[in-house]
Amino acid sequence: MNFWLFQALGGLSFAMLLFLLSAGLSLIFGLMKILNLAHGSFYLLSAYIGLSILKHTDSFLLAVVISFSVVPIIGVLIQRFFLSRFHLMELPQVLLTFGFIFIIGDICLWIWGGLPQALPKPEPFSHSIHFLGLVFPSYRILVIVVGLLVAVGLWLFLDKTKVGSLVRAGVDDQEMARCVGVNVKMLFTGVFAVGSLLAALAGILGGPFVGVYPGVDIDILLFACVVVIVGGVGSLKGAFVGSLVIGMLDNFGKALFPEMSLFAIFLPMAIILAVRPRGLFGKE
Amino acid sequence: MKLKGGLPLILILITLLLIIPFLVSSYYVGLMTQILIFALFAESLDILVGHVGLPSLGHAAFFGVPAYVAALVSLHLSNNFWLCLLAGLCATCIIGAFFGLLVMRARGAYFLMITLALAQLLWGLAFKWTSVTGGYDGISGISRPLLGIPWSINGTLSYYFFVLLLVTVASWALWVIVKSPFGYALKGIRESETRMLCLGYNVWAYKYMAFLLAAAFAGLSGVLFVFYNAFVCTDDMGIILSAKGLLMVILGGAGTLVGPILGAGIIVFLENIICTFTERWSLVLGIIYVVVILFFPNGILGGFQKR
Repeated sequence: MNFWLFQALGGLSFAMLLFLLSAGLSLIFGLMKILNLAHGSFYLLSAYIGLSILKHTDSFLLAVVISFSVVPIIGVLIQRFFLSRFHLMELPQVLLTFGFIFIIGDICLWIWGGLPQALPKPEPFSHSIHFLGLVFPSYRILVIVVGLLVAVGLWLFLDKTKVGSLVRAGVDDQEMARCVGVNVKMLFTGVFAVGSLLAALAGILGGPFVGVYPGVDIDILLFACVVVIVGGVGSLKGAFVGSLVIGMLDNFGKALFPEMSLFAIFLPMAIILAVRPRGLFGKE
Repeated sequence: MKLKGGLPLILILITLLLIIPFLVSSYYVGLMTQILIFALFAESLDILVGHVGLPSLGHAAFFGVPAYVAALVSLHLSNNFWLCLLAGLCATCIIGAFFGLLVMRARGAYFLMITLALAQLLWGLAFKWTSVTGGYDGISGISRPLLGIPWSINGTLSYYFFVLLLVTVASWALWVIVKSPFGYALKGIRESETRMLCLGYNVWAYKYMAFLLAAAFAGLSGVLFVFYNAFVCTDDMGIILSAKGLLMVILGGAGTLVGPILGAGIIVFLENIICTFTERWSLVLGIIYVVVILFFPNGILGGFQKR
């Protein structure tokens, strides 16, 4: 019983991390039809920035502030100066973002070295808590709470605000949105900034338990892609449900059959693709 | 792609490929072998990207899986090249047939994402299934197999000629396919799927066949590579190889079939040269990606313009 509860909480916290990553990936994809391979690189960069600042200052707040300003700026620069030149040309765009995986990854390797590292946990959450006869790291609870808060915040933003409705209009029917005078260009840049901000948040939050190492960018990108495929492109609800499914399955898969654990996320993806090719909440 | 200008060019190219190995050191013969193998890989990807308009970011799976299978067969079952090749091609076709069913309804950027996810999951399997694949360390100690005829492919030079022969035959076969009614139907699908449907073509079957063909030819290149390298590891089926294949296709010119050969030559050559000059070759490679896309978005032989 304890095993299942413990693994379920672990899966839930990983799922929330996946949600932060896949929500951005999915919105960017839904709006601009760009598969942003550098999304994992934003996670990598943010985690490394956080690591350096925490080592030198001990201030978690400062780490968050700096990483939240640097990473979205880089994201916007990539979108504005490179991706926007190739609007709706998926191959040039995907190869550009792949180039940035190499560039960001190698610069990080240069600065921070190749050893796997973990961010220190912020002070009030560095201990374990006891409940229901279970010992559970309180940091994981923080991740779950932050993930839920962001989910609610994003939902309110997309559903209840004017800007949010413009984004949804852009995802649903871009030509029409353009025709009724939506400034699609600004919208693209804005969504790209929000997406990279979410990836930066994931880097800071995930750094203490997923860790940061050369190659984590691609590992995390794979998970985010699988979530988007399962949940459906451009759908926030899809990203949330997909994250829950994949986060849980991955955690139990790793605990139960370590050598074959990837099949735990492969199988649902294959089934979804066969039955609902556009994902659970995707539009046909 | 005009045949008139193309044929003498191809004859000159083949003559050069026959003569140069005798004039350069064995390091360069090895490099040329690599270029030929990746040229075939890029050509097979070009069938999907350039001819059907399906951009795959998971093509490395069809290179890596047969490489692993051929390596395992040669180590544990038989040292006959043709048997290893057969096993590798069977593996790649089975996976291609299965993946093909899952991806056929997608297109554009969504096709990229699904093929990426499928291939990376296989990569993860190779990484984690240590008892069979050796995990991160890969499988080493693979010796050159026997051909069953009195022709040894042990030496660098003899293996080069063997690869040259097979890659030439395979390229010729691809060229015949592309120029057949089947190939023109694929081009029609690239231009307008709806129109081809209206004309009564079974678009799904054509795309599925093209996907299988691309997988099979990539499989041949994977098997040739594993016996060239005497080693196979997870790098041979990851996203980095898939993206490299796409870069070769784009750089040379998608849909030209000859372009990807050129692209493969340039990229493999650059990679090997940069490695010897700087530790930061990965950074340089990233910059190459960006530069190629910014300055050659339609490729050097840019035959096919984007819609």
